[in-house]
Amino acid sequence: MKIAVLLRPVPDPVEELELSDDGTDLDRDFLGYVLNEFDDHALEEALLLKDETGAEVSVWALGTADEVDQILYTALAKGADRACKLGDDLGALDSRAQATLFADALGDEAPDLILTGVQAADELVGQVAVLVASALDLPHVEVVVGTEPVDGGIRVTKEFWGGITGDYQVALPAVLGIQAAREAPRYVAVSRVRQAQQEGNLEERDVTAPDPAPGVKVVEMRIPEAGEGAEMIEGDEAAAADAIVEILRRAGVA
Amino acid sequence: MSDNVLVITEHLEGEPTEISFELIALGRRLAAELGGQVEVLVAGDGAAAMADRFGGADTVLVVDDARLDGFDPEGHPRVAAAVVEARTPKVVLVPYTSEGMDVASELAARTNLPLVSYCKDVRATDGLAATCQLYAGKIEADVEVEGDRAVFAVLSGAASAADGMGGGAGTVETVDVEVDLPGRVQALGFTQPEAGDVDITAQDVLVVVGRGIESEDNIAEAEELAEALGGAVAASRPVVDQGWLPKTRQVGKSGLTVKPKVYLALGVSGAPEHVEGMRDAATIIAVNTDPQAPIFGVAHYGWVGDLFDLVPELLERVES
Amino acid sequence: MAWAAEEVGREVFLGFSAVSIGLFYGLAALAIATFLGGFFLRARKYGRGRKVGRVTLRSILSGLEKVATQRTVAKGDPYVGVAHFLVFWGFVVLLIGTTIIAIDEDVIRVILGKPEWQFWKGTFYVVYALAMDLFGIGFVVGVLMLAFRRRRRPARLDYRRVDLDEGDYDRSGYSLDDKVFLGLLLFLGVSGFLLEGFRIAAVDFPPFEKVSVAGWLVGTITAGWGPVANDWARLATWWVHGLAALGFVAYIPYSKAMHIVDDVVALMVTDEDSAKALPPVDDPTRPGYVSLDSFAWVELLEMDACTKCGRCHEVCPARASGAPLSPRDLILDLREYADATADIPLWYGTGAEPAHRDATEVAGGVIGTDTLWACTTCMACMAVCPVGIEHVPTIVQLRRRLVDLGDVEPGLQKAFQALGRGGNSFGKSAKQRPRWTKGLDFEITDVRAEPVEYLWFVGDYASFDPRAAEVTQTVARLLHDAGVSFGIGYESERNAGNDVRRAGEEGLFELLRDHNLEWLREAQFSRIVTTDPHSLNTLRHEYPLDTDVIHYTQLLDALVSSGALRLGRLEGKATYHDPCYLGRYVEEFEAPRSLIRATGLELVEMGRCRENSFCCGAGGGRIWMDDTGLDERPAENRIREAVALGDDVRFFVVACPKDMVMYSDAVKTTGYEDRLEVVDIAQLLERARATVGAAVG
Repeated sequence: MKIAVLLRPVPDPVEELELSDDGTDLDRDFLGYVLNEFDDHALEEALLLKDETGAEVSVWALGTADEVDQILYTALAKGADRACKLGDDLGALDSRAQATLFADALGDEAPDLILTGVQAADELVGQVAVLVASALDLPHVEVVVGTEPVDGGIRVTKEFWGGITGDYQVALPAVLGIQAAREAPRYVAVSRVRQAQQEGNLEERDVTAPDPAPGVKVVEMRIPEAGEGAEMIEGDEAAAADAIVEILRRAGVA
Repeated sequence: MSDNVLVITEHLEGEPTEISFELIALGRRLAAELGGQVEVLVAGDGAAAMADRFGGADTVLVVDDARLDGFDPEGHPRVAAAVVEARTPKVVLVPYTSEGMDVASELAARTNLPLVSYCKDVRATDGLAATCQLYAGKIEADVEVEGDRAVFAVLSGAASAADGMGGGAGTVETVDVEVDLPGRVQALGFTQPEAGDVDITAQDVLVVVGRGIESEDNIAEAEELAEALGGAVAASRPVVDQGWLPKTRQVGKSGLTVKPKVYLALGVSGAPEHVEGMRDAATIIAVNTDPQAPIFGVAHYGWVGDLFDLVPELLERVES
Repeated sequence: MAWAAEEVGREVFLGFSAVSIGLFYGLAALAIATFLGGFFLRARKYGRGRKVGRVTLRSILSGLEKVATQRTVAKGDPYVGVAHFLVFWGFVVLLIGTTIIAIDEDVIRVILGKPEWQFWKGTFYVVYALAMDLFGIGFVVGVLMLAFRRRRRPARLDYRRVDLDEGDYDRSGYSLDDKVFLGLLLFLGVSGFLLEGFRIAAVDFPPFEKVSVAGWLVGTITAGWGPVANDWARLATWWVHGLAALGFVAYIPYSKAMHIVDDVVALMVTDEDSAKALPPVDDPTRPGYVSLDSFAWVELLEMDACTKCGRCHEVCPARASGAPLSPRDLILDLREYADATADIPLWYGTGAEPAHRDATEVAGGVIGTDTLWACTTCMACMAVCPVGIEHVPTIVQLRRRLVDLGDVEPGLQKAFQALGRGGNSFGKSAKQRPRWTKGLDFEITDVRAEPVEYLWFVGDYASFDPRAAEVTQTVARLLHDAGVSFGIGYESERNAGNDVRRAGEEGLFELLRDHNLEWLREAQFSRIVTTDPHSLNTLRHEYPLDTDVIHYTQLLDALVSSGALRLGRLEGKATYHDPCYLGRYVEEFEAPRSLIRATGLELVEMGRCRENSFCCGAGGGRIWMDDTGLDERPAENRIREAVALGDDVRFFVVACPKDMVMYSDAVKTTGYEDRLEVVDIAQLLERARATVGAAVG
């Protein structure tokens, strides 16, 4: 079985985000990117499947941030068999453009299974997982929390809400949007990532960023006012406790 | 092309979900702005039986197809796309949920319509526009659609479900669509979560712990507080993922929706997926060390500080 | 027949036939061969280890000094110190005594054929005989003292394991070995005196033999049997004692007795500082210890040097808290594994768990994963070991292997990931590091922009944890008030990497270190001062900087002594907790104490103070790991120790940001919040300064 994992860099959630001068995008000059948390889970699920079935795992990323190389080498260090970097210095791409580029590259590759994260923080115009599936006319299941290889396909568990899950048997080839891998993403030592970097086994392919699909334009971005809804309580923990107890009394519970 | 709004409803085990009604309410407002009508799509095996629930719609389009078992990640998007092609609405509203995620992007791709995701509000007064939440709620974006038709994937809480339950003609129309269903995804059945000891949807008071609780040990203090207040402990996703509390305590998009009298959030950041599950609580009090935490945007009261300092103080006052 | 000695001295092999003598020499040769064979096997095992340079003239002399004075055995336990001193020197002198006979008899008379050169007679003999008896008595007394101690079943000699249930292992072999060793020594001592007594009685009490006091005493008791009976007793005892002695010689390398040789060598090759400056990774494709050949020869030797004294087991904070780590068992398990791998025979069965013999992995197999992650690297084990075993670097090397395999405790994994991204373990952005400075009403110089005298390397916890940050602000104010020229690196500072390295993530340590070196090398300053003892250790011992690195208490002490910081008087009693990394690692015990006294507080010491300080449990990456499942957190144990000092000791003084965090929590969880205040030295100074105005005004 050949598994392709799509890895995407997203702005580090720990960092405070700043806006560009014209206010229609993030200020990307000093933005630090990290691997999308859900894509990390997708990679882990792929590696678990590899452990189980001996599948070949390839990882794919678009050259949209400096950190992409590191992301790919980390995946190789964790056990991925191949890493492919599509393009370089592409700048920020919307999810539709990303999906187009991924789908083009994977068209020839014809993997049995494409895994990626259920969502990423910047998918304004659609989920890459489903867009890639549509482009390649493949079945897809989003919000997957477990997989099990079976004869002729793969069984997946899709999470709904309130703890309800549904099981599906999916024929391959297919695309899965992973919410959570069966186990927490494995750790890989920094020295192994460095080794991977030194070995430098990155396949690089040239791609051109597609024109942004007409349709959706960001007019303004803003950082929502912190506590714009909340009435903030001032003071130390004693003062706060007093205030909260008063609120609880008024609400009829204390 | 019509001036109508088409709402793709969703249901689970014969019950339409609350967000479906929220979207119908939103749809009604948009339809008024556009001068059109609200049509809703109910698709699935046994859809006809649910048709009378949608009194908020002007037309209820029923696709009752035995092949669409439960939720079909392959079939439902194709049916939705076919209906959109047939009815040519101006605006399509899809719930931003587990089901909706499989539907929205494929629907948009098949019908070649622009798609706007993470919408907390949609407007049709001067062209189509929306306000979206990006980057885990840290950024709000105002978005305009270039063109006169679009699909919007809408977060829960954009409108009030009650407003979507009545006020429409409710005309039921059975739709025959020729849809090729390759059957590559077979439903094997649903699993309900193990019955937990506590039903958090029935509590008056919820003390909710998030990542800020830091370790399983510390939950005991939250439980003590919850008990003292006559309520129970609930959690955001990261806490449940760690296994520190069972799934039945999870509040949020993939957990439960709760509406207690008091919702005390300790160390919860307030990502949109969590907020979805608690925004209608009567009194929301948020405690977080990060003044930028999105939870303060939905809370009624907030305190920036360390929950570990606060909880003992609260316990002292409440237990006396 | 009565035998009469004609000269002052005695005849060797008195009354032996040539056959008997031949038999004896034959057995002796066999015993010696067995002895040599045993040590050859062990030496070959050590030879399998990595080559490291440890033998220098200095180390040899230092080792000999420790052996001669027995001070490492006496440290902390004077009773055992005295007993073992008697046993050791008794054994050495008696051994020399036997050697003298061998030289005089076998070499000079038999081999060289020069009886005129024999010296073992006359005055020499008398002095010899007195010495033998006195040291022999001392020997027996020492052995009896140790036997009595063992009978009392002290806790540290309890061989129960902390990581397995009692039914899953069998250490009866160890206990048997202990008993036999003690028994043999006692037997040799007592039978020696009996032999002497029978001989003296048999040769009718030559007057010069009065110096053989013990033998003379025995002889007077048995004199009544008559010289013939005594002579038969002499012969019989001679053979029994002789065979026992030869048997002892032969058995040394196959038993606990091997420590006689191994410990002397170990003390000559040990490095007390090996935990302070850890070795880099040799082969980046295989970091850490993978198999027997990964260990340094010194480590293999030190494993054999362990006598199961249990001191490390006793002082280990992880063990005390209920974690599955005992430094003693770690060393013994490694030794059993090494012996099994190198096919070293022992006279007793080790009853080793089959896992050791079958384990393909040392890290995570022979030594359990949880065991390895439990260590706080506090170095209490190394400080207390009488024979210089270096537990901590071995643990780190095994952790390196675990990290390479991805077998990393989940909390630690999170910390590594955060450290890799933002240079701190809190998961915060690097930009937030200098946020604590906002609480000051003055600006701190940016060392990246301006030269200063003191570059203040603040540290992770001191920057990010709110409780520690309060102390950091206090230190800033003190330095500012004293007019010190100092600055910080703001967002360029990263975690110094001390604990990252000790948690086995050498690659990440290198990243952090290299990043820090970049901005440190560009900045202009004379010395580095740090608020964090962990950073202090690595900056001083592991970073290639040629600047002095000092602790803030050392700087504050200098400022107080010079009068740059004037203090008023505080009232009350305080106890001071020596941080592991300031005490054992950097050997600074005085500066903080001098400061406490300077404030007027009365210092009351806890029992486990200075070099014996008891770790708070945060080091070695433990502060990032989950500590549910411990019986009692080390910090709580320590707070209880402080509370036991008495109601009037109100201050628990710390000098480390992690201690501040750990003890602030512990004082709450033990319910002593109102009883004991956890306070940093800097905070005491600030309070003392506040009273200056009051006194003057």
